[in-house]
Formats: sequence, structure tokens, C-alpha cells
Amino acid sequence: MKGMGKTIALAGQPNVGKSTVFNLLTGLHQHTGNWTGKTVELKEGEYQYQGVAYLLVDLPGTYSLTSGSPEERITREYIIREKPDLVVAVINAALLERGLYLVAELLALQVPLVIGLNMMDVAAREGILIEPDVLSAALGVPVVPLEATRKAGISELVQTVAAVTAGTRKLEPRKPDIRQDHKELLNRIVRLIGAIDTTPYPLEWTSMKLLEGDEEVVRMVEAIASSEVWREIQELLRQHDDALVAVATGRYEWIARMIRAALVRPQTGPISLTHRLDRWLTHPGWGVLAFAAVMAAVFSLTYSVGIPLQEFLERGVVRNLQGLVSTWTVALPWWVSGVLSEGLIGGIGTLLTFVPILAFFFVFTALMEDVGCLARAAFVMDRFMHAMGLHGKSCLPLIVGFGCNVPGVLGTRVIESTRARLLTLFLVPLVPCTGRMAVIAFLAPIFFGPQAALVTTGMIVLALIILFLSGVIGGKVFFRQERASFIMELPLYHIPNSGTIGMLVWQRSAEFIRKAFLVILPVSLVVWALSRFPSGDVSESFLAAISRGLEPVGALMGFDWRLIVALLAGFIAKENSLATLAVLFGAGGGAALSVLIRSAYSPAVGLAFMVSQLLFIPCAATVAAIRQESRSWRLTLINISYLFLISTILGIAVYQVALWLGLGK
Amino acid sequence: MTPKKNGRISLARLAEGERAIVATLDGGRRILCRLVSLGFTPGAELVMIQNIGGGSLIVQVRDARIALGRGEASRILVVPLLLTD
Repeated sequence: MKGMGKTIALAGQPNVGKSTVFNLLTGLHQHTGNWTGKTVELKEGEYQYQGVAYLLVDLPGTYSLTSGSPEERITREYIIREKPDLVVAVINAALLERGLYLVAELLALQVPLVIGLNMMDVAAREGILIEPDVLSAALGVPVVPLEATRKAGISELVQTVAAVTAGTRKLEPRKPDIRQDHKELLNRIVRLIGAIDTTPYPLEWTSMKLLEGDEEVVRMVEAIASSEVWREIQELLRQHDDALVAVATGRYEWIARMIRAALVRPQTGPISLTHRLDRWLTHPGWGVLAFAAVMAAVFSLTYSVGIPLQEFLERGVVRNLQGLVSTWTVALPWWVSGVLSEGLIGGIGTLLTFVPILAFFFVFTALMEDVGCLARAAFVMDRFMHAMGLHGKSCLPLIVGFGCNVPGVLGTRVIESTRARLLTLFLVPLVPCTGRMAVIAFLAPIFFGPQAALVTTGMIVLALIILFLSGVIGGKVFFRQERASFIMELPLYHIPNSGTIGMLVWQRSAEFIRKAFLVILPVSLVVWALSRFPSGDVSESFLAAISRGLEPVGALMGFDWRLIVALLAGFIAKENSLATLAVLFGAGGGAALSVLIRSAYSPAVGLAFMVSQLLFIPCAATVAAIRQESRSWRLTLINISYLFLISTILGIAVYQVALWLGLGK
Repeated sequence: MTPKKNGRISLARLAEGERAIVATLDGGRRILCRLVSLGFTPGAELVMIQNIGGGSLIVQVRDARIALGRGEASRILVVPLLLTD
């Protein structure tokens, strides 16, 4: 591809509609590509124009290119090392100065640039008028006005990209200059490092980043410069520790000159929609109430539509298919039908039953994000998340996790900071999902009768306390001295584009199914085989043998091998624990099972089982989601081991305390 | 409000609706980096949009609405503008 076609990188700050532009250009021709030699996955897509193939690479949204976050490093490393044929900088016309800050940084990288001036409509509504041609003349690069939500300007963008990459449209980019008082300083650094080879990093750019105190560039130069040169540089930087702010100020002064002729702004700002809505939605009281009301509506929809649909798929589709397969394979050995119906169809079916709820939460999250409500929710919830060192945006994935951990985990993508995202990812499996609550809802009345509601509430509170403590500890480990500082943009509200949301939901569902398939199918086959072989009877199976082997540990929680089997079987789906218990006890109906369970175990055992299944290793679909989002089996395994440890320790503690309280009968 | 010398006060103490000019920024490199890229540079004009109780606040700078924690806001010193009308 790269030899013949052109590679175009798409850069932009968050909330500028970059992904809408990306989707409009590439349509369904998208995939995640691994950037050569790196573990970073970037979204790529293709489009054709006049017989030329263009590979479009979607770079992470970033405000600047000074290394502070992984997103900033990825963006600039990609541009410097992969040398795309052209960079399209998407900027928000309503936030012209801010957008040009990133453009100033891109121009310093001396890469061919085209500016996509998006959200012209939003700017017009705010009373801001921009003349793209005047701006283009000032900057020396093409400026294409866009209204991506209405698909306006996209074909002009495609034409401009083609003309620039083909060399028919020449660029004469204006290089952003540095403030007069720091020019001499910059020149001295350029002379100092002129002797060393900084390829592929441009000399002047490297000097500028040194001046800004960019950690990565400082490390790089320290490693390759001679000790005398390095000492001199260090001395210079020490004398000018205000250079970071000075360089940035210089950029904004340059921007002010560039836009002077192109921008007409209102004398007195009109009271905008954003302003009116924010009077309510960012208010510490009303905002939290509004958010709570939205979440309540979402969950009642999940329970009234999503979960019945899931049950219908489970009973109506999966069970019927399994029944059909069993009748077809009746003449074959027992395990053939087992592999097909329980292993294969059971595994795929479990995955498919997730899809409606998943898609629903995807639509909800995408809407919240696109409209601009997510940032407001994060703002009002921040004070609650703050204690854990987490960002307000971590709140939504955690709450969604109550419905199902899978969309909760996948929803962590809205968190820009990688560290905060990974910590949130780590915490989502501690949120009690509906599957786990179903097990508790069944068991609590058996052991505690009228106090069942109290016990159930206690379970949720316990899970939330563990989540909070894990967050506080995790925050200390993940962030060390650097607290997740709260600096967040509240984007202007805007009407979402249904095409973009549809595309996003489709892509994310398809991506999850594809990846989860590879985890869930083998897992369900292995668990099935373990639970049936060698004889076909669960109680004589390998799984039972393993569980009997684990009985010494289980005994500390009062578990016999059957409860251990039930706990392990929950790995396919949490609700499976109950079905497995029913099989192991040879129960015919729900009522009979409850009697059998009560006569077999004391309330102390019941309590310990509920606690440990609540915090136990999440289901295979969640594990697949954690793997997909963390992009690391190591982190996934650490997460699983942590949950395993917590659930075992708490199971033992709860059992021992319950015995001491006299619940052993 | 009791202004510090040169009429500078912490951004956290600017009242809703008041305008001010950024004077100085202070803090670790990461935070500075983020603040300047969002447009908080000395000389930039801003408006306090929301400042209720002890919580986070919302400021408009370079046309963008930025939410800041109180701790982050106290790192920014501003000179309030007097309303002329």
C-alpha cells in the first residue's frame, strides 16, 4: 500500500470532530493497524480518489505535541518517524486560536500540512466569522472549511489533499517564530546541539523542545551529547526555567497575528445554548441530579428491554439450536453433541446474547460523548471520583459496569489519560454486574429469608468499598506522586451525527465480537470438556477432580467441591453458577434446588460463597474486553490474579467472622 | 477580595462573571504544559463562568470552556479587569 499510494495522517485536538471526518473519508474501509515495531494500535482506513489510493491514519486527539501524555508522544513520534505524505489538522472553527496552537506545533515539524476547519456552523452560531482564504494566505497552507456533521466540505478536502500530495499545489508554510527575548537562547542551543546527530528529529525542533523542557527530548539529548555540551545545555536551561511558558506565549502571539485579518468576533457574545444548558448541567446539585436521572432512565431501559431480549436470545435461539443439534447427533457418541451444542453453540450463544445490551450501552456512551454531556457528567462527578485519584470521566464506565462489565470495560475508552484509563479498567470488574447480582438474588433469600434485601445491599456496599480501596491503592501505585490533575475541556454542545454514531456502534460491536470470539470459544470448549470428560458425568469430571483438589482452600470458606465447581463455571457467564449447582444437586426446579442448597450449607457458607462469587474472576467476555482495551495479557492476568486473591481472602474472612457470629448452623 | 501585590489574585478567587488577565502560572511541568496548551498563557483574557462553593470551577479562555480543580486554579494568578460600564 505504502509504496504506491499516499499516507495521510489525521491530527487534531479532542472534540473537534476528527473521527467524523475520518469516518466520512473512509466509510467502512477501516481497521486497527499496528504501527510497525510498536505496540500502539492506530485506526487506519482507505479511500480512493482519481485512481490513487490513500491510507488515512487516525492519530490520537491531543492539545499539543510536548510530551506530557502518551497521546502526545504517539502523535509526534508517528509524524517524525513514519513521515506521512501529508498531515491533515482538523481544528474547531469555534476555537480557532486553540486549534492553531496544535497547527503551530505541526508546522515546526516541517511536515506538509492541510487544515480542515471544522464546525464552521458551530462557530457561526457563536457569532464567530472566519475567512478561510485569508487564514490560508496568512499561514501559507490550504485551509478547507468543513461541516462534518452535514458532510459539507469533505470533497473539497479530498481534492486539496490530492493536489498537495501530487505536488500540483505548493505549500509555503509560515514558520511560527519564537518570542524575541528567547531567540538568542534558542540559537545558542541550536549551535550547541548542531554537532550531534539527532535524526530523525529536526535540529531546530529538538532545540525548541529542549527549551520547553520536554522530558523525552531532554533524555534523548542527554544520552547522545558529550558531557561538556550537556553541561552547557543544562546550565542554559537552568537559567531559563520559565522558557516553557514563554515559548507557548510566543506561539499564541504568533497565532494572534495570523488570525487578525481572518477572524471577526462578536462584540458582545450572544447567550449561547451552551451557556444556558450549563447553568443547570454543571451545577453541583442540579447536575448530579440530572446525571442520576439519565442513568436511572438508562438502567430501567436496560432492565425492561435489554435483559428480556438477552433472555429471549438465550432461551429462544440458543437453547432451540442446542436442542436441534442434540436431535441430529443422537446416533453419534455423546461427546459429539456435547462439543457442538454445549461447547460451540453455548459459547457463541453466550457471546451473542451480550450484543443487544452492548450495542445499547455503546449508543448511550457515544451519544453522551458526542453531544457534550459526558464532559459535564465528569465535571459534576469529579469530586466523588477524586478521592480515588481518578478523573471524573471514570465515573461513566464504572456506572455502566453495573449493567454489564463488558461495556463498562469497553467504555473506558472515553478517558483520555492512559494511566487513568488503565486504573479504571482495573476497577470495573469489581462493580457487581447483573449476572453476579442474579446469583446473589437467588441465594440470599435461601439463607437469610426476610433479611435477604439487607444482605444483598450489604454485598453491593462491600463491593463498592473494595472498589474504592482498590482505587485509592491503585491510584497511589499507578500515579505515584503525580495525581490525576483535573483540567478538562467542556466542549460546546452540538447535535450528534446519527451516521457517525451508527458507525461507531457497529464498529465497536463488531470489533468486540471478533476479538471476544477468539477468547470465549476456546474457553467454553475447554470448560465444557473439563466438566464432561472422562465419563460424561459432571460429578466425576476433571473439573470435579480439580475442585476436590482445591477443597483444602475451599474448606477455609466452608466450600465443598460442588461450590468450587459452581464458582469456576461462572467463568463462562456468571449466571452459569446457578445452573451448575442445579446439575450437581440433581435438582429439577428452582424451588427444589433452594431446599437442597439450604440443607447442604450453613448461612456462613452461603455468605462466603456470595462474597467470593461477587468479587471472583470476571466472566470470559469481560476478560476478553479487558485484554482488548489494555492490549496486554500481562495486565489482564494481573487484574485476574488480583480479583482471585481479593475474593479468596474476603471469602475466608467472611466465613470465619460468620462462624464466630454463630451463622455456622 | 484582598488583592496581592500588583492587584494579582488567585484564579480560584475570581467571582462568577468577572473578567481577568492571566499574570503568572506556577506548578509542575506536566500541569504547566497542559495549561498553556489549553490557552492559559500570561496576557490571555478569561471569564469566570462558574465558581460555586469549594468545588471545581469553569473558566472561559480563548473561546473554550475549561473545567479546573480548585488546586489547579490556585496555580494561576490573574489581574481582574474592572468593568467600565
